[in-house]
Amino acid sequence: MVTLNHYLVLSAVIFAIGVLGVLARRNLIVVLMSIELMLNAVNLTFIAFSRFLASMQGQVIVLFVMAVAAAEAVIGLAIIISVFRHRRSLDPQDMQLLKW
Amino acid sequence: MDASVIVFYVVSVLLVLTSLMVVFMRNVVHCALALVAALFLIAVLFLTLNAPMVGILQVLVYAGAIMVLFLFVIMFLNPTALEPRHRLWWGLGSLAALILAGGLAALMSNGESLADPVAANEAFGSPEMLAKSLFTDFVLPFEIASVLLLVAIVGAVVLAKREP
Repeated sequence: MVTLNHYLVLSAVIFAIGVLGVLARRNLIVVLMSIELMLNAVNLTFIAFSRFLASMQGQVIVLFVMAVAAAEAVIGLAIIISVFRHRRSLDPQDMQLLKW
Repeated sequence: MDASVIVFYVVSVLLVLTSLMVVFMRNVVHCALALVAALFLIAVLFLTLNAPMVGILQVLVYAGAIMVLFLFVIMFLNPTALEPRHRLWWGLGSLAALILAGGLAALMSNGESLADPVAANEAFGSPEMLAKSLFTDFVLPFEIASVLLLVAIVGAVVLAKREP
């Protein structure tokens, strides 16, 4: 019997792996991919709650999360292309012009 | 052991493995392919959770559209230089991720686990029910999402355009 807690623990693990990718990787494209992984972990909790509470609202929210994730990926990749054109680098450590 | 339990454990082990590959692979293309596999596995989990429509959209939108965009940008930029490994960052990041995973898992497995209330309802998660909910209760967010996508298209064109 697979219960709600199984899905919640699984999505917690996936979310933590995504956080590790954002913290430790030094490549902007992989950082964006890790963010997608985190968004998917959250989607999994939404779908699991929607199933176990017998409510459709979780599934509708997941559709909106997908739309926002698509917009986020498009804008993020456009910014990466634009930054790469100026700096010839994908390392976020090289982008610290605003850091003092 | 029930068949659904076996499916859940197999899929979740594969999902954790592919997610770790997304983070730990050094070649960006390998990361992207591992992410495609992870998204497919999440779609399988959606199917087991009575959400077939969302699972299909997951494959279409995520594994189809968004990952093609990622691969296109990787091809376009062609990042050949391998990133340097910073031991300190990886150690601190792993520590933070472990604490986060432990804390979240402890919090989430704390409460009483819900039983299975919708096993009898066949129509749950069907496109009809999804559309009914989407176009009655969530009309305004739906329209806002369409405007957001339009803004994202225009913004992406403006940002990535080559300056004259």
